[in-house]
Amino acid sequence: MKRTLLFGLAGFSALALLAWGVNVGLQYLARTESPDAPVAAAPPAAPTAHITATLFYGAREGLLLQPVRVEVPLAEGAVAQGRQIVRALLQPPPAPYVPVIPAGTTLKAFYVTSSGDAFVDLSSDITAKHPGGTHAELLTVYAIVNTITTNLQGVQRVQLLVDGHEADSVAGHVDVRRPLERDLALVRQEPPSSPAVQ
Amino acid sequence: MRVLAATAVLLALLLTSLPLAQSPAPIGVVSASGRRTLSTALVNDQEYVALDDVAAFVPMTIREDRQGGVSISVRGKTIVAPRDRALVSVDGRVVALPAPLTRMGGRWLAPVDFLPRALGLVAESRIEYRRGSRLLVIGAVRVPRVTTRVEPAGTGTRVTVEVAPPTGVTTITDADRVVVRLDADAIDFAPVTGSSPTITQVRGDAPATVTISLAPSAGDVRASTSNTDTAARVVIDITTPAQAPESSAAPPPPAAPPVLTPSKGGVQTVVLDPGHGGDDAGVRGAGGTLEKQVTLDVARRLKTVLEARMGVRVVLTRDDDRLVAPDERTATANNAKGDLFVSLHMSSSPAPATTGAAVYFMRLDREGEETRREAGAQALALPVLGGGTRVIETIRWDLAQARHVEDSGRLANLLAAALEGHVPTMPQPVQSAPLRVLAGLNMPAVLFEMGYLTNAGQEKSATGDEGRSVLVQAIYDAVNRFALAAPAGRQP
Repeated sequence: MKRTLLFGLAGFSALALLAWGVNVGLQYLARTESPDAPVAAAPPAAPTAHITATLFYGAREGLLLQPVRVEVPLAEGAVAQGRQIVRALLQPPPAPYVPVIPAGTTLKAFYVTSSGDAFVDLSSDITAKHPGGTHAELLTVYAIVNTITTNLQGVQRVQLLVDGHEADSVAGHVDVRRPLERDLALVRQEPPSSPAVQ
Repeated sequence: MRVLAATAVLLALLLTSLPLAQSPAPIGVVSASGRRTLSTALVNDQEYVALDDVAAFVPMTIREDRQGGVSISVRGKTIVAPRDRALVSVDGRVVALPAPLTRMGGRWLAPVDFLPRALGLVAESRIEYRRGSRLLVIGAVRVPRVTTRVEPAGTGTRVTVEVAPPTGVTTITDADRVVVRLDADAIDFAPVTGSSPTITQVRGDAPATVTISLAPSAGDVRASTSNTDTAARVVIDITTPAQAPESSAAPPPPAAPPVLTPSKGGVQTVVLDPGHGGDDAGVRGAGGTLEKQVTLDVARRLKTVLEARMGVRVVLTRDDDRLVAPDERTATANNAKGDLFVSLHMSSSPAPATTGAAVYFMRLDREGEETRREAGAQALALPVLGGGTRVIETIRWDLAQARHVEDSGRLANLLAAALEGHVPTMPQPVQSAPLRVLAGLNMPAVLFEMGYLTNAGQEKSATGDEGRSVLVQAIYDAVNRFALAAPAGRQP
């Protein structure tokens, strides 16, 4: 009888341990936060440092590019900073500026060669969602080229890539087979302004 | 009784068909949408047109009134024609006519003079009737008066063709005829005065050509053109060869090859590039208009005009709705040995209010400029069959446009000038940019953005006959001016 009681307790303990293990395991699998996310008990992170970059947005009337000073996160080194600047440029512009880069376009890669050519690899949304037209395409291309060459010292030319490949053009007109230099002909000749809404 | 009834029906049929039986030749109608005809009928020796036929050219509403007259509404204005009176009231103003409007065979007929005198006062476009040549001219189309005189000159014959007001003229001399092509939509061709045994016929042909047919006895032909403020004049001198002695056994001289006089400078072939096509529709207008359709239609119209008025060969990089790669467009143009290239496009903008046409030509980057400088320096002298050498300039195939950039800029400026006053343009109507389709072209080349499909007004204009005709006219003017200034003979 005593032996039977001992076996029962041991079995019960084993089952309870198994149930606890399963519960912990399920909780681990069902969690939503990233493994790197700070825990609640951690001290609050220091505010992210920013730099002021000049981004080129479409001016209100849609004919020219408007240089606008925008705060973008500070990054370590020119290449990392270039990524941050391009990511900021791909966001919808603040009012009253109009978008010249199709919504949904994302940065896939960014690097700079030793000769000062920056390579910007963008998702195919930039071609698939482009509304077309030579002028609109010039605004798209030179918003990117001017933004990078204006903010990153040492970068003279910008080569656009689409989904990792060289492209003929963005929407059938502008030749992007070779790196392009800064072009201020399409830029409103006024000092850079701050956006009305950040 | 049956015989009587049959006779009455027969008489009625004869009476109603009377105007048709007495129909003279139809009137030619020239408007921005092309050339058509308008039937007429003679009633009491007066030439009439049916108002419902006229409505095809000038939209109108026709209503009979209770007094047996008729009222005609055009663009909110009314013309009232009282019964049996040779006058009409045009928006309150009385206009005399040679005969009253009349109802016949279920249709309202009006004297031909009703069109310029009454309808012309209320219609949107100018209406002019050229009685001599039986032409009805509607709107801003160019129909110069052409008078032709044939007279003896020394031992030969002189034919003088006067065109007023002055227009561009191309004279082509063939073995058995001389063709004078005019830069016009139609011609008001007056009867020819004089005759000569060396000329079998002088006639005016549609759309704007005078053909002088030569007899076998005609000798050499020399043509010259001069312009005054009021008219362009073509003088054609035809010699009469001296009779050779019958005993002469010398063979006849070979026929002279056809002579093009004057040549259109160095422009013999024009390449038109309708943008986009197939799966690539280009810009989509707010009303659903597709860029690929507009560009193809304008290219087809332009081809007709350039061929008819300039006598040049016109090649299209696509003549149907299909996708054509940029390199294929370039290859078509270069293989056709085009003398100039015009790519046609429509624009888009995120701001719907944005309007204006623009002309682009190639801008070279550093690499392109180096290629341009080196093009001459890298010329090769190759031996040719029969001795001697031929100098071949080499240039990178994808930068062939580098050697034509200056001429391309000139063509762009001519096109922008031709647009002035006719087509709204962007603040900078001429721009240079690195454009894919222009890079490899071995000829002067421009890309013409004809307007913004994302603007409702410009979309409407681009879909209408009038708007497209204005664009075609502007491009034609630019090409013609470029051709007249271009040196004869194409570069190798």
